[in-house]
Amino acid sequence: MTKVEAVIQNSKLEAVKSALQEIGVEGMTVLEVRGHGRQKGHTEVYRGREYSVDLIPKTKIEIVLADTMVDKAVQTILASARTGKIGDGKIFLSRIDEAIRIRNDERGEGAL
Amino acid sequence: MSNRNRPITWWFVILLIVAFAQCVCAQSSTAASPSSDTATRLAKLEQQVADAKGSADNAWMLVSSALVLMMTGPGLALFYCGLVRKKNVLATMMQSFALMAVVTVLWALFSYSFSFGAGNSFFGGFQNLFLRGVGATPDPDYAATIPVQTFMVYQLMFAIITPGLIAGAFAERMKFSAMLLFTAIWSILVYDPMAHMVWGKGGLLNASLGGRFPTLDFAGGTVVHVTSGVSALVCALYLGKRVGYPKEPMPPHSVVLSFIGACLLWVGWFGFNAGSALAAGSLATSAFVATHFGAAAAAVGWAGAEWIRNGKPSVLGGISGAVAGLVAITPAAGFVQPMPALLIGLIAGVFCYWMVAVVKTKLGYDDSLDAFGVHGAGGTLGAILTGVFAVSAVNPIFKDAHGNALPSGLIEGNAHQLLNQFVGIAIAWALAIVGTLVILKFVDVTIGLRVSEEEEVQGLDLSQHGEEGYYWEASA
Repeated sequence: MTKVEAVIQNSKLEAVKSALQEIGVEGMTVLEVRGHGRQKGHTEVYRGREYSVDLIPKTKIEIVLADTMVDKAVQTILASARTGKIGDGKIFLSRIDEAIRIRNDERGEGAL
Repeated sequence: MSNRNRPITWWFVILLIVAFAQCVCAQSSTAASPSSDTATRLAKLEQQVADAKGSADNAWMLVSSALVLMMTGPGLALFYCGLVRKKNVLATMMQSFALMAVVTVLWALFSYSFSFGAGNSFFGGFQNLFLRGVGATPDPDYAATIPVQTFMVYQLMFAIITPGLIAGAFAERMKFSAMLLFTAIWSILVYDPMAHMVWGKGGLLNASLGGRFPTLDFAGGTVVHVTSGVSALVCALYLGKRVGYPKEPMPPHSVVLSFIGACLLWVGWFGFNAGSALAAGSLATSAFVATHFGAAAAAVGWAGAEWIRNGKPSVLGGISGAVAGLVAITPAAGFVQPMPALLIGLIAGVFCYWMVAVVKTKLGYDDSLDAFGVHGAGGTLGAILTGVFAVSAVNPIFKDAHGNALPSGLIEGNAHQLLNQFVGIAIAWALAIVGTLVILKFVDVTIGLRVSEEEEVQGLDLSQHGEEGYYWEASA
């Protein structure tokens, strides 16, 4: 089982969510995060004082999939989240040791 | 209905019948009097006309009192709390709210007497302790057509908001207990004497009642804004900067709340300025218009200056500008014409923007919410411009021995008035500086002024009040 973490632009959440649901991904966790890669932030001014905001609001989607689904999911995310500009985000893959359904203690890929 | 309730119900019905019968009897006894001679009827008519005028004035003054209270709660509370960090939102609101309670009690017990009693040049005296003598009868020296009790409660709202403005300077780092003690003593030692000097019977600076240095201050440019603004500067310097200032970013946590507060202040200010006419006539209208124009022009001024300097006009700049204009027009509202009101506003908007965005940064003091930059500086500017633009056509405040109006301000030919304005301003500055320093030292030595660094970092909401302003993670 593989965990797919995708940090994407806030404005792309709907597109990515719909696309993933279309290919059969049934579960996901969505977080509001702040961060940056190479994207520069912006400056805000309050009563003459400048504040540079370099932690930019982003959306993070976490999904855990059977290994067979991972490639398709990554392609889907890339296609729906890309704008071509700096700040599009990144996808990270990591191995998952176990998945457990709380309701009935089902384990393994069946729990996904 | 149970058996137990029946006797009570019967007694209630009997009581109602008796009360009704009384009303009917009372009415019939007055209705049946025969119309007597013309003189009596005329006297009665004159009394009714006077009562009607008094009713109109009193209605306006009660509304004005409510408007000014609204300026503190929630106007100022919201305006200030939006500017601080989330962890201090409640504490900042509490500072305004506590004054609504504490100053009221002090005012009722003795502060009204200290301010408006018939005392000497500096102090009102003890005649109206516990509001003795403050009832339905008007006091012609203050306001001839409204109960003096209305006048008292109107002035109370000013006494409440004035120390609230100082909170802008020590926000996010003052102990709540210290704030209470400080503002209670400040209200008595600084506000009451200043109010007495400018507005009280025998006051040294009272322009309407023959003060030695008549200072034109219609609604409190010196009494409210200069005293609180300068005191704020003293507090900011004495208490020192917030932990992390100026390196750590401390942007306003909610410009939305500040916006709502500022708009409530603008609307409430009609009670503050136009209500200072103490009647519902054309002077109130004139002050109303001047107030509104001053606010509008200043908003344009500040936002415009920002647009030029930063490339974008900000919402915070717009509302701060409006407040600065309202501050500057406060002493002038009932003395100047509409066009000068626009000019006063415009100058105040740009000047206060410069004070806040340039001077404060250069000098490096931490006046967290710009109490000095807006109220101290804006109030001083407004008091000076009042001496320039006051005209007797709007308000014949100075009269010669025959009752003819004398020139008020510079543009009418009375250059001397500017000197009087400076005297009033200087006294306000001096009283604020000395009084505040003494009180700060006293409170610091007895209970300590500032929270500990740990409490400051944790936030005043938790450390002083045990509360959080936004508990959005609470389970559904």
